[in-house]
Amino acid sequence: MSIRVLFFASLADIAGTRETQVDPATVTDVVSVFNKLARQYPSLEKYRSSVLFALNSEFAGAESPVQDGDELAFFPPVSGG
Amino acid sequence: MIRLVRDVIDIRKVADSLQKPEDGAVVLFEGVVRNHSQDKPVRFLEYDAYEPMALKKLEEIESRAKKEFEIRDIAIVHRLGHMDIGECSTVIVVASAHRGPAFDACRFAIDTIKKIVPIWKKEFYEDGEVWIEGTP
Repeated sequence: MSIRVLFFASLADIAGTRETQVDPATVTDVVSVFNKLARQYPSLEKYRSSVLFALNSEFAGAESPVQDGDELAFFPPVSGG
Repeated sequence: MIRLVRDVIDIRKVADSLQKPEDGAVVLFEGVVRNHSQDKPVRFLEYDAYEPMALKKLEEIESRAKKEFEIRDIAIVHRLGHMDIGECSTVIVVASAHRGPAFDACRFAIDTIKKIVPIWKKEFYEDGEVWIEGTP
């Protein structure tokens, strides 16, 4: 039972990892996962206003519900091209 | 045609593989690594991506370009990893019967890549490195 959480770019540097797991019983929506991980990695807090969320490879809002088996990505605004 | 690659992109090969006899215009765009960011000298770049989502978003751009512009085909190749100054990070090739839609679709593709495709660049300077967040 887990939600796979991915970090990219500056958020991966801050978390010190590119991937972690969250127990789905402890969270309800995307922002609750962010809140939980911000307690674990306090430096994430300063990204609260700019972080983008992707749930199963699609952009998602903070209130999107999460469930067991989901892949949730946290990342900064994109800068490719 | 959509690709994420880690080696040098040969834009001529991409264009040759796309072009067909019915095309009257082939527009080629190369995004290249610049030696400065604002006034700061840049030594090199590294690109990171959320690859499955980046491919999905590039495919969306490909299908929107084909639907919204009168083009025959489009190819988008984005390179990831380390890139030196002058190297090409992004190639877009658009083939169509006439030049107007080809230019327009190419502009749409690069502008949309910079907004919705989860790829990030890190700039390396003499005195440090910074992840770039968002594009102007």
